[in-house]
Amino acid sequence: MKKLINHPDDVVRESLEGFANAHSSLVRVNLDPAYIVRSDAPIAGKVGIVSGGGSGHEPLHGGFVGAGMLDAACPGAIFTSPTPDQMLEAVKAVNGQAGALFIVKNYTGDIMNFEMAADLAREEGMSIESVVINDDVAVNDSLYTAGRRGVALTVLAEKITGAAAEQQRPLDAVAAICRQVNEQGRSMGMALTSCTVPHVGHPMFNLPEDEMEIGIGIHGEPGRRRVKLQSANVIAEMLMEPVLSDMNAKAGDDVLLFVNGMGGTPLTELYIIYRKANEIASKHGLKIIRSLVGSYVTSLEMAGCSITLLKMNDELATLWDAPVRTVALRWGI
Amino acid sequence: MSQNVITKDEIVAWVLAYAQAISDNRVLLTELDVAIGDGDHGANMDRGFKAVAQKLQSGGTDISQILKTTGMALLSTVGGAGGPLYSTLFLQAAQACAGKSELSLQDWTGMIDNAARGVMARGKAAAGDKTMLDALLPALQALIEASHANLPLADALLKSAEAAEHGKQATIPLIAHKGRASYLGERSAGHIDPGAASTALLFLIAAKTLAQS
Repeated sequence: MKKLINHPDDVVRESLEGFANAHSSLVRVNLDPAYIVRSDAPIAGKVGIVSGGGSGHEPLHGGFVGAGMLDAACPGAIFTSPTPDQMLEAVKAVNGQAGALFIVKNYTGDIMNFEMAADLAREEGMSIESVVINDDVAVNDSLYTAGRRGVALTVLAEKITGAAAEQQRPLDAVAAICRQVNEQGRSMGMALTSCTVPHVGHPMFNLPEDEMEIGIGIHGEPGRRRVKLQSANVIAEMLMEPVLSDMNAKAGDDVLLFVNGMGGTPLTELYIIYRKANEIASKHGLKIIRSLVGSYVTSLEMAGCSITLLKMNDELATLWDAPVRTVALRWGI
Repeated sequence: MSQNVITKDEIVAWVLAYAQAISDNRVLLTELDVAIGDGDHGANMDRGFKAVAQKLQSGGTDISQILKTTGMALLSTVGGAGGPLYSTLFLQAAQACAGKSELSLQDWTGMIDNAARGVMARGKAAAGDKTMLDALLPALQALIEASHANLPLADALLKSAEAAEHGKQATIPLIAHKGRASYLGERSAGHIDPGAASTALLFLIAAKTLAQS
């Protein structure tokens, strides 16, 4: 294992300390329990947008705390859901007396911990809504699985929902926007390499030089199938096909096209994937009215990418364009 | 000669011995989780039970309070799916033995029954889903049978440990229906479920530490 760490036990805390040192104008960081809040929280009358999840996906979620996006983020251990006490303290720190929305990626641990946190916050008299993000078409959504995973769409949901909350819309309206994004977005990912959790010390799976995993999640778990390595153009087709067929996109639809890097893939390559995805979407008659390219929802140092399509409308486009000022996403202010 | 009740001090000894066993088996649990999950079960449980051991250093006032302290410490330190599930297990166990200063086999069985119900409700899982329940439910069944047969406590604990171990081994061919392993579909078969492994260990340590004096 070759990593820029001091000790596996200290990775999350030391990284958070560095994050706090680097970005003190945007965020406040609490270490015990661990949470990150925007520096001007709480904001009276504003719904608090709270998310969180295991560490190792940076900039998700802490990098999206700030004006126009998240009010708070709770980092867990690497690839491990945070705990209810973190979420409870975070939601109290951003309580503007207008309730709070939990944006939760669909993983068993995240669901259970956020459920327990919502119970605790409600016991303290707060209004809490939760929206579960489950955009990953690689997983069959059936009784026999934990359901589709929440992956890259989470960033788009946090941005658009955060913009709606910034306009001081009420909790039910903010939650409705978040649900709409989840219903209209789909993703599919792939890996060229595995990744190494510091505590484990070796890669999560072995991937020979000439093979790749299609349909991976963001925790180093293997995908749905392993196939021979292909060109970027073929890979873009392998990801776009299931996304397009699942979202039932029609010619003339407006979409946001998001190519996300898994942490170890350079932008150079992400744009090669974007180029082909753009061509495929256009052939389908889709109008790409917004785009995002970069490593926003990562899986440590895994090389690979995911493609997300979000069906847009005027309201979602307006909310997407609204000012945002966070560590990892910033425009308009 | 074994006794026929479990004392408060033995409950502390059980939890502390389990914390040590988790630490000793941390790598094994992690490797099981690397195979079909996300490789954090050993580290998460070890972090949680180290916190528990710290909290239990001064013992506890009664059995229910010891179990509640354990559950609350796990809730704030473990995370993942294991945190809420093991926390629920101990909190529900605590609830079942409120006011008791020692536990008979019937008390212990009732306690495990309440714990299992809590875990099923929290995880929305059932037997055969390839989860910790596949060790927990057979252990409970063995306790119920031993309780009906009026077996000595030590024998009942041994039988429940064997049933949990058997249940753990029986997860190998199963296809996971819950948790992160379920994403693998058929690729999850051929491996022991890490949650069943840590639960089997809990009953093994119970057989080794309780009703021994």
